[in-house]
Amino acid sequence: MPERRRKWKILLMHLVLLPTLLFAFYFFTLAPKSWEGVDEAVVEKIAREHGREATAPLIEPGSGDLLLFGFLVGGVVAGFAAGYYWRQLTGKDK
Amino acid sequence: MTLVALPLLSATPAFAMHISEGILPFHWAAFWYLVLAPFVALGVRRLNAISREDLSLKPLVGLLAAVVFIISCMPIPVPTAGTCSHPCGTGVAAILVGPLVSVLIAAVSLLIQALFLAHGGLSTLGANTFSMGVVGSFAGWLAFRGARRLGGSLAVAGFVAGLLADWATYAATALILSLGIRGEASFTPLFVKVVLAFLPTQLPLGILEGVITAGMVTLLYRKRPDLLVKMRVITEKELPAHA
Repeated sequence: MPERRRKWKILLMHLVLLPTLLFAFYFFTLAPKSWEGVDEAVVEKIAREHGREATAPLIEPGSGDLLLFGFLVGGVVAGFAAGYYWRQLTGKDK
Repeated sequence: MTLVALPLLSATPAFAMHISEGILPFHWAAFWYLVLAPFVALGVRRLNAISREDLSLKPLVGLLAAVVFIISCMPIPVPTAGTCSHPCGTGVAAILVGPLVSVLIAAVSLLIQALFLAHGGLSTLGANTFSMGVVGSFAGWLAFRGARRLGGSLAVAGFVAGLLADWATYAATALILSLGIRGEASFTPLFVKVVLAFLPTQLPLGILEGVITAGMVTLLYRKRPDLLVKMRVITEKELPAHA
């Protein structure tokens, strides 16, 4: 009997959890704007209204997916560094 | 000065976050560099002192540098606003290694982002580091100390610190931007306009940063409480029984 109750509980949890997750993903599509970075949507927009335009960065990130690649490399390097230092802090060899 | 002047000479659109390249006039860009300089110098001195005192603190600084870099260039979507923004990470860095070292960490992170990720800019590096590094770090550090004085637990104090570090950073960004771009317009309405534009995104994101900060501080308390004693985050009396 307890086993049967546990199965019902798991089923009920899935019945609640899955639609909730689906709605959460759907909720992201209901956003009032287009997911611009806030510093573009706010800072650059207001600066433009006052006659200040953003200029090109010193090192041009190129077009297409190059910038995405840059972010990925940065994230990977920083992620490995964080993991390495965390292991140094919490490992047996501390 | 060369760092400030070079990016101001070109004029095509950039797709960046923080205060983008070229948005601040030259004199304001230079001014924020000058304001930032003593904090960076003191940060270097403090980092050298920490390294001399105890080599075991170096991994903590390295960890926080990586965390601040990741957090401060990670765009997080905020469904209520339909925009993306990023937390700062300087609150947790200030709590764990002190506000001056946190300024240095922020400066290095933002420099890498400005150089290689078109995130912010070299001309606005002084301003961006002042808001995220100086204001964010000191707001977080003071909030944490204040909350602990009032009897708050590590988690509560960490949450308050993360929340206020984030909000203070964006308030400072609004101030810097309003001063820099206003021209002949009056300051207060423009400042209020920028703050109100930030609110829908940064209110929930500040709460998220509070949760991240509280989580990191309590996790370190469980794993390495001795480090928190060394950095005067907790007293020896607060060490857990097994430590």
